[in-house]
Amino acid sequence: MNDELRAPIAFTVMGILLAIVGFTQSWSVSLSIINLCIISSIMAIGVNLQWGYGGLFNAGVMGFTALGGLTAVLVSHDPIYEAWDKAGVGIIISTIIFILSITALLFVFRNIENKQIRNTLIILIIFFGLIGINNFYGPSINIIESIDPAKTGFLGGLGLPIIFSWLIAAVVAGLVAWVIGKITLRLRSDYLAIATLGISEIVIAVVKHEDWLSRGVKNVSGLDRPVPYEIELQESQWFLNLIESINFSKLEAINSLTSRQDVLNDLVISSSGIFVKLCYAGLFFSVLLLIFYLSQLALNSPWGRMLRAIRDNEEAASAMGKNIFLQHLQIFIIGSAIIGIAGAMLTTLDGQFTPGSYRPLRFTFIIWLMVIIGGSGNNLGSIFGGFFIWFIWIEAEPLSIGFVNMLAGGLEYDNPLRIHLLGSAAHLRLFIMGLLLLLALRFMPKGVIPEKIQKK
Amino acid sequence: MENFEFINAIVLLANFVLVPALSYGSQLALATLSLTIVYGVLRFSNFAQADWMSFGTMAAILFAWLFQSIGITAGIFPTALLALPFAIIVTALFCLLIDRSVYSFYRKQKSQPIVLMIVSVGVMFILQAIVRFIIGPNDRKFFDGEKYIIHALDFKNYFGLEEGLTIKSTQLITVIVALIAMISLFYFLQKTKLGKSMRAYSNNEDLALLSGINPEKIVIVTWIISSILITTAGVLYGLDKSFKPFTYFNLLLPMFAAAIVGGIGSPIGAVIGGYVIAFSEITLTYAYKKFFVYLMPEHLEPSGLMQVLSTDYKFAISFIILVIVLIVRPTGIVRGKII
Repeated sequence: MNDELRAPIAFTVMGILLAIVGFTQSWSVSLSIINLCIISSIMAIGVNLQWGYGGLFNAGVMGFTALGGLTAVLVSHDPIYEAWDKAGVGIIISTIIFILSITALLFVFRNIENKQIRNTLIILIIFFGLIGINNFYGPSINIIESIDPAKTGFLGGLGLPIIFSWLIAAVVAGLVAWVIGKITLRLRSDYLAIATLGISEIVIAVVKHEDWLSRGVKNVSGLDRPVPYEIELQESQWFLNLIESINFSKLEAINSLTSRQDVLNDLVISSSGIFVKLCYAGLFFSVLLLIFYLSQLALNSPWGRMLRAIRDNEEAASAMGKNIFLQHLQIFIIGSAIIGIAGAMLTTLDGQFTPGSYRPLRFTFIIWLMVIIGGSGNNLGSIFGGFFIWFIWIEAEPLSIGFVNMLAGGLEYDNPLRIHLLGSAAHLRLFIMGLLLLLALRFMPKGVIPEKIQKK
Repeated sequence: MENFEFINAIVLLANFVLVPALSYGSQLALATLSLTIVYGVLRFSNFAQADWMSFGTMAAILFAWLFQSIGITAGIFPTALLALPFAIIVTALFCLLIDRSVYSFYRKQKSQPIVLMIVSVGVMFILQAIVRFIIGPNDRKFFDGEKYIIHALDFKNYFGLEEGLTIKSTQLITVIVALIAMISLFYFLQKTKLGKSMRAYSNNEDLALLSGINPEKIVIVTWIISSILITTAGVLYGLDKSFKPFTYFNLLLPMFAAAIVGGIGSPIGAVIGGYVIAFSEITLTYAYKKFFVYLMPEHLEPSGLMQVLSTDYKFAISFIILVIVLIVRPTGIVRGKII
């Protein structure tokens, strides 16, 4: 197939699939899928920058997503003044002690040559650091978590509009990526994958268990929204007029005034949900376009060419005087920042932050599938991968249940085998995902929309 | 009286730290050995290894149920031990099938290790689907037979101590089976011709091929050994605790951590790593308050729990150790690349 035609065909097929869902299930479902598809695409672009451009296997996608989500909470939730009054000082002091001990450790590690002195100093710093932190930290978190634990029990956030968090999430994820990159980027490729996988689990453990920061597994719900609420829409005149004018001909056909009013009410209620989802889709899509545009610019700049040169031949690039570690660190930070943005967007869309829901399968490996099946090294491919894989992930469940129903059709209604098969059918979507990945790796290793090799 | 305090403290520690850590460490060591053998011979990090563990355990549970339904049990021992050989055969056959249909293609292409690693993620998805489809995602206990060797209450009454020591039969079985497995593995690797050729292949592929070693045979033996180790580890872990696919999947990271901490590719390192991870997980999250209450004079007794890390972080400890080892000594305790 002509490579130029692959992208248009792929996206047309995707559009048709989404339209089929729109017509057969409902447009509301189709739009929900689209919104998550867009977020997945942004994550996939982040991973693609790291893997496709830089050749770095980051298996810690889940950690950066969770950091983005945490940022959304910390930016948008109202501050809990009572908690700050009673225990803010303790938390601040223990944070300062923590930062000081880490700095001291780094200083000792780098500057003291004598092994015995170094090790003694390290043990001393850790010991006194732990004692110092425990002195302030333990009592403070007890106070914070006891303040209205059913509703808050944490420090709260800054009380800013949630949309700011998307930008701040990029900064937070980027900073954490800087620290992680410093530790892990000198490792061989598969060590890097294992280390990042482990670190993302540490991030999740912190988010899950530090209740004073994130409420932990008690979740934070009712985050504010960047788009209007359905109920507001239903009460505002301009929205009523809009719906009326869109459905003018349909309403005209109804003669009785009361039944026309009833139909209009139903339309307003169903349309308000769709309108909200459209608003989200518009917002998300503009972020996607912006990130796509910027990464295309980066890919085609001298910087992008240098990265690909490093990816394809590290030694040659190093001989040309390029600092490989620094370039890897840069791309690792940029990619992770993009994943952080997507994480904040996801929490914004959900309206709640649920640390318990972060699992590596859903937030790391599925994103990897998107990049590899879409076409690593090609941003358009990642966007397609994001749409396609998310679509399959959502639609595979009803499809496999239907498939099993068909298979088990011959069995009697209360046959235990039939009941078991139907109960487990949902897990077949994992099978479909694995099969897709293996087939793609075998028969289409460059992905659906392969990287363009520019030769001049 | 003073003497008793000391014995009480020791028994307390043995009961809550030493015995559990020893059995968990043995299970982890076996699992890490299988990971490290695949890494050493086939040269890739197998992300599907934890799911092979659930697959093997699932096979053992199904065989155990079959045996129980036709009235065969192992008396005081759990039926699952009888089922273990059959489970190993099924797992090894399936492993070889996956190798033929998936991995061998990339081996012939001489793909990068990272490609094989991504392939193993695909296998991981498929295995998870199969296990969940057949046995479901829920917790399953499949232990039967005699539960305790030493019961806390009997121990207390017999010795007249305040603290009791419990040793579950599964813990003893774990340690014995793990020891047998490890000794036979090391004997195989060091003394037999096949084991030596495996080590040669792992050390230098080209040289091994030149001296007439059949690579396909080595690959088959590797998968069989890996299946034996991982199925045994899975069954022992499941007998000791319980079987749940998600918990088993979560063992992947402690396994990797143990392999890297010990020195990836080195079997002795894998065993050491397994015990290091298990002991640190348990010693760092145990609250030592009661232990010090026994040992210290009354006015010096600690007020806090005397816990280094909260139990919430038990799961994260292996990764913290992993990160520290990666920074301080990336080659691991036993410097090794080959088996």
